[in-house]
Amino acid sequence: MRFFSWFIKGYAISLFVVLVLFSTSAKAGGIVKIGVAGPFSGPVAAFGDQFWRGAEQAAHDINANGGVAGKKILLVRGDDSCEPKQALSVANRLVDLEEVNAVMGHFCSSTTVTASEIYADAGLLMITPASTNPMVTERGLPTIFRTTGRDDQQGTVAANFVVDKLHAKRVAIIHDKTTYGLGLAEAFKARLNTLGVTQVLFDGLTRGEKDFNALVTKVKGKHADVVYFGGIHNEAGPFARQLKEQGVSAPMVSGDGIVSDEFVLSAGGPGYAEGVYMTFGADPRKIPAGASVVAGYRKRGIEPEGYTLYSYATIQVIAAAMVGSGTTTDGEKMAEWLHNNSVDTIMGKKSWDAKGDLTILDYVMYRWDDKGGYGEVE
Amino acid sequence: MDLIIVGQQLVNGLVLGSIYGLIAVGYTMVYGIIGMINFAHGEVYMISAYLSAIFLAIITSMGVVSVPFALLLVLVVTIFVTAIYGWSIERVAYRPLRGSTRLAPLISAIGISLVLQNYVRIGQGAKSQGVPPLIDGSFRFHLGSPDSFIQITMIQCLIIVASLIGMGALHYLMQKTALGRACRATQQDRTMARLLGVDTDKVISIVFVLGSAMAAIAGVLVTLNYGSFDFHIGFVTGIKAFTAAVLGGIGSLPGAMLGGLVLGLSESFFSGFINTDYKDVFAFSILVLVLIFKPSGLLGVAEVEKV
Repeated sequence: MRFFSWFIKGYAISLFVVLVLFSTSAKAGGIVKIGVAGPFSGPVAAFGDQFWRGAEQAAHDINANGGVAGKKILLVRGDDSCEPKQALSVANRLVDLEEVNAVMGHFCSSTTVTASEIYADAGLLMITPASTNPMVTERGLPTIFRTTGRDDQQGTVAANFVVDKLHAKRVAIIHDKTTYGLGLAEAFKARLNTLGVTQVLFDGLTRGEKDFNALVTKVKGKHADVVYFGGIHNEAGPFARQLKEQGVSAPMVSGDGIVSDEFVLSAGGPGYAEGVYMTFGADPRKIPAGASVVAGYRKRGIEPEGYTLYSYATIQVIAAAMVGSGTTTDGEKMAEWLHNNSVDTIMGKKSWDAKGDLTILDYVMYRWDDKGGYGEVE
Repeated sequence: MDLIIVGQQLVNGLVLGSIYGLIAVGYTMVYGIIGMINFAHGEVYMISAYLSAIFLAIITSMGVVSVPFALLLVLVVTIFVTAIYGWSIERVAYRPLRGSTRLAPLISAIGISLVLQNYVRIGQGAKSQGVPPLIDGSFRFHLGSPDSFIQITMIQCLIIVASLIGMGALHYLMQKTALGRACRATQQDRTMARLLGVDTDKVISIVFVLGSAMAAIAGVLVTLNYGSFDFHIGFVTGIKAFTAAVLGGIGSLPGAMLGGLVLGLSESFFSGFINTDYKDVFAFSILVLVLIFKPSGLLGVAEVEKV
């Protein structure tokens, strides 16, 4: 027993030393640590890459211009693989071990909702550039913000488009049973029903599968004239392809979960992705405020697609909140400042309501073309 | 119920079931011979999907223009390389543990599964990969108006035919050849077979090779059919195929195919006529029911405990 008690003491001491070392390293010098949490591995890792490209460039640019009140930004990566339980451990690591000053993330709504509780408990500012589920900001957590829209807004735009422009009478709604996909599908359905159209089908598919032929046959049997899909590209691709293969001519409409080249890849070619509609924020690449940053990316051969510029803008917002509130550690003060002020970002001026949602929103409809790109629907 | 829809769901279910069956064979053969569940088998199938795309790219870049010839070449090479994977897995992860507890190889299998998944993720990236559509065309059976038809694409025909041929060949191999006899002898009593001069280590290796070869056929066909794959596809498909193997009676070859078809058809019909949300619940309910009333599975033979 003696051995064990010594062992435990030794362990406790070494743990203490390690913690002291870590905390001093975080606070020493002129460094501001910002956690970048997202799916850097796993099935949606493509979006993690976009996160990192945006955040890295923003940190580089801000540091080159004197940093945050003289302190340099240091980014810390947290990989959640789009898994809620992994997001929990990432959040704990960022808060307790890395002692970050603020967090940009996460990507998937299910992970953002889970992890945000930890950040809120720690009084840490968290801003997600991508999670659109209403729950993210509906729980009254004071330090949680987003620089993107909400599914209810996205669903509204999509439903308006489907009814007004596509003149749909028989709509099939499919989702992937995740927080994001189901939330989006329900928001769409709510608006659709308000507009006086009832869906002919509301059903969920299983993530990770590739064969949706049975579901496609069902959609076909219901004679749907529009198919709405709430989910992400891994399933949207094969689903779109199988719709075409079985000769369903009804157009597919989806949300911002398919804003990636990977949608075309997982569909098996531009031919299968062509004609699919999706809602996404007004193309951030066309906003004048960001022109030089976009040009900078393109010069290095990177197309700042999807969430790249959202991530860039989010880092800008975090930096602005730190400068504006005069603190780099107190998340609640930063949050208070953000509620009362607006920030000039590469995506234009942004301001937030009491919940932490953006006050101005700009979802528009895009359409995938036959070359694997997408353009705004006029 | 619409006849067209029923027919189309039948086609969907048969295709899905054939794929499950091809992969289930790998689970059932390994279980039959060494009594362990090879959880890495789903990853073998995933690797074969990647291999088939890589070989397809190589072969087409070498100037082979004839599609059937290119596909045949891809199939052969993929089967060969996937079989090497299967053989190596057995050699590295299971053979050293053969004398130990029953749980050790199981843990080792889960480990290998994680290793293979991440090996592919790091080597090939996490993104979905795709192949361009190669085989076009389909048979459409019209009933009434031009809009209502039952469709079966060329690739879907290929999947059903290839899995039937593959299963037939395997069945012949097991029942009629000396190799098959050695396999069955090893399955019945490994010690006795060894005493009678059967090289049981070699037989076990061959079983892994055969199982992987069947998974490779599924990998090639699935890649052609769905056009895309990622490092994660082995998981869900592996679980389903394993379920098919248990449903049909683990250890029984025809059982694996039957289990695959039952699973594929029940998923397809439940999804098509009732609810897609709960199709997996339904599929697993069938499994539970079968196991309650026939614990050894549909075609399995009840195991007699040797004393």
